[in-house]
Formats: sequence, structure tokens, C-alpha cells
Amino acid sequence: MLDATLTLHPQVALRPEPFGALAYHYGNRKLIFLKHPDVVRIVESLDGTATVAETLAACDIDEARWPSFEQALTNLQTSEMLQ
Amino acid sequence: MSKTQLVEQLKGGLDAPICLTWELTYACNLECVHCLSSSGQRDPRELTTDEAKAVLDELHDLQVFYINIGGGEPMIRRDFFELLEYSIGRGIGVKFSTNGAFIDAAKAKRLTEMDYLDIQISLDGTDAVTNDAVRGEGSYDTAITAMQHLQDAGFGEFKISVVITRHNVDQLDEFKALADEYGAQLRITRLRPSGRGADSWHDLHPTQAQQRQIYDWLVLNGRNVLTGDSFFHLNALGEEPLPGLNMCGAGRVVCLIDPIGDVYACPFVIHDEFKAGSVRDEGGFSNVWKQSDLFTELREPQSAGACASCGSYDACQGGCMAAKFFTGIPLDGPDPECVSGHGETALLAASSIQAPKPMMDHSKPSRVAVTIGRR
Repeated sequence: MLDATLTLHPQVALRPEPFGALAYHYGNRKLIFLKHPDVVRIVESLDGTATVAETLAACDIDEARWPSFEQALTNLQTSEMLQ
Repeated sequence: MSKTQLVEQLKGGLDAPICLTWELTYACNLECVHCLSSSGQRDPRELTTDEAKAVLDELHDLQVFYINIGGGEPMIRRDFFELLEYSIGRGIGVKFSTNGAFIDAAKAKRLTEMDYLDIQISLDGTDAVTNDAVRGEGSYDTAITAMQHLQDAGFGEFKISVVITRHNVDQLDEFKALADEYGAQLRITRLRPSGRGADSWHDLHPTQAQQRQIYDWLVLNGRNVLTGDSFFHLNALGEEPLPGLNMCGAGRVVCLIDPIGDVYACPFVIHDEFKAGSVRDEGGFSNVWKQSDLFTELREPQSAGACASCGSYDACQGGCMAAKFFTGIPLDGPDPECVSGHGETALLAASSIQAPKPMMDHSKPSRVAVTIGRR
């Protein structure tokens, strides 16, 4: 996951919410709760060229927290929110 | 953030609904005995095409991802496709519920060609006898024909939407098989005593033993079946919570816009007590959603009331507001279908009072009361 280059699926829209954001995939109609503002920040920063690790570092996420982000991003990838 | 924490946040409401139901018309070709909106005849005050488009513009601005369109029978509206195309054009996906009567081969093809569109065909029995007893003679064949047209047109995964009653609960596996046969997804929801359902609920709602049957079936099959998260009152039955959000979203993350533009807390509470305002009011839908006294109140922490001393309250959340309201049970009392049996006592206590009557009855005047046998 850390070496992957990911980006938000073009059919996914994010709606900011107090807890983070709602992500909706217009293609598969899945609705996912992004339950932390930092996850939203990372997802928005993924540009399909930098790796996940580079993006986490660029966003100043403490390495101790990386595993939880890996988990969150893996879930988003499984739901095809990220590609 | 855990799921419980998320639910607590959602109970405080969001800036815009996640899931909004919009009933486009009270007109319907059918007269289902459990119709949640007592539909039948069109209301002369229904929103015009321009008014409906203005609401869609607002929903676009609020970033509402998709809407659930229903009725009545929404396809009866002459501007149905126009509104569908407008909504999708504004980036608002549409899922609409229909009895299928107006889906012929040509319409199925037209629907197949549209993006961001989901269709729910209502069906309440896997055979004509079971279905037609509730939805009216011929309605089973109508639904199956529509499903066939959608399959032939290559629509893909549409939904078969079932209201669970004591007469079809034994057909859950058959419904699943039927959905699989048509490449469809099964959606099952809870029967509420709303609309004409207020009159038929006592004869139709699942028995205590059947509540367990539904729970067990959902624990086994729930991941592949949609439920609108409507069975959360069953969570008190076991350790394992059913998939989905365990909360009542009324006025917090869901609401209803009725055909004349009135906004209610949810599709199952068409009654003045749960009317928050109208899209025709100044400030439109957005203002109703964000400012109305009713929705503000619903987003406050709710009292567990009579259920406070019950160990299952965290699991069932006291059940469904609409189910309590239309059976005369206080809103902080137990759900009439409380799986711990408190509902029966509450129903008994409520039997001496007149339960509130659903409003906005648009039933056809010719309607003959249908008697459904008890079992």
C-alpha cells in the first residue's frame, strides 16, 4: 500500500462533514464515511503520481499513525473509491 | 472514530441529508393496503416542473449525492423523465421506486441508457396470491413483466423492494432466489403503521417469532441484501448487530419531501406533528433542513424514557418513531414490535386512547376496505 500510487476515482465525490467527509461513488453507488479530517486531507492529496508514503510524509502525518491510514486507504481502494 | 461515535455525530444532524426521499405524486394506479403515503389520487397542489427543478438546484448546492424518488407511482407524472434527466444532469443520482406498470420495453431501454439511475420494483410476495393480497390484483404479474423488460434491456442490477409482512416472511429465501434470477439485488424493509398501513398493520406486521426469523436471516444474508437500515429494532435479539447504521435518521440524516413540497422528518410520518416546513417557504428546502424547530429538536439528545432501565436500549435505540406514533405509544415508549415483549404491554395501554391518524389521505374514493385473514 505504501508504495502504491493512488488517486480518487473520477466518479467519486467528497462532501465535507464535521466528522471528516462523506464519499459517494456515482458508479457503484457506495457511500463511505471518512471518519477523520486527516484521512480526508490525505485522500484529497493523492494525485496518482506520488506514492502513499510520500503523500503521508508530505502531509506531515506521524509515521506511528501510518498503519491506521494504510488500513483506511485499503478500505477505500477495496470500495473502488481510490484507484 | 468508531461506528458508535459516528452514530452519535450523525444523531446531531448534518448540513444536508444523506438520503432524501421525494415523493413526486400522490397519484397511483394501485391501492396497496399498506401504502405509507395513502396514495391514490393526484393532489392539485403538487409541485410544478419548475418548482421541482428549483428543488433539485438546491439539492445540488447542498451536495446531496442521490435522492430516492417515490410516490404514489412516480412514473405517472408526465414530467417524470424530464425531472430524472434534470436531476442526473445536476449530479444528483436517482433511485426510484415503482410498481412497474409503466415500464414497457421502450421505457426499459430508455432507463437503461441513463447513468446514475437505480430502479426499485416493489414486490411483496414471490407468488401472485401473497403479493396481490397486499398490492392488488394483477400487481404481481405487472412487477414481473417490468423486471423482465429491465432484464431484456440489459439494465443490470436493479432492486426488488419488499415490505416484510407476516405473510411473506417465509419467502425470504425465495425472494433472494428471484432477485438472483433477474440479476437484481434484494431490498427488504420494515412494515410501518403509516398511511393506509395504520389500518392494516395489526393484521400484517410480523409476529414475535417472525421478528427472530428476520433477524436470523439478516445475520446470515444481510451483507448481500439492502434494508434501508430499517430493522435496527431487532438488534436487541443478539450479540451481533445487523449491518448498517443503528439509529433513526429522521430529521438528522434523512427526510421526506412530499408531492406538494411539504418536508417531513421521514417517509413514514406524514402527519402535522412531524412536518418541518415546505420547500415553498422562504429559504426553500435548505432553510427547512437547517433551521426548522422540529429538526433542531430531533437533533437534540433524545430521552430513553420508558426504555431507560432496559439493558437493550443501546442495541435497539427504542425502535422506530413512526411505529410508536401511529400505534398510540408515546415516543419515549417501547417500539410496538419490541423484541423483548414490551411492545405488547405498550400497545395494550395505548388501546384505550385514539392513536393519531395519518394525514394527507389521497386514497381513491371508490376504495373498498380489504380484509386480510389473521394467522
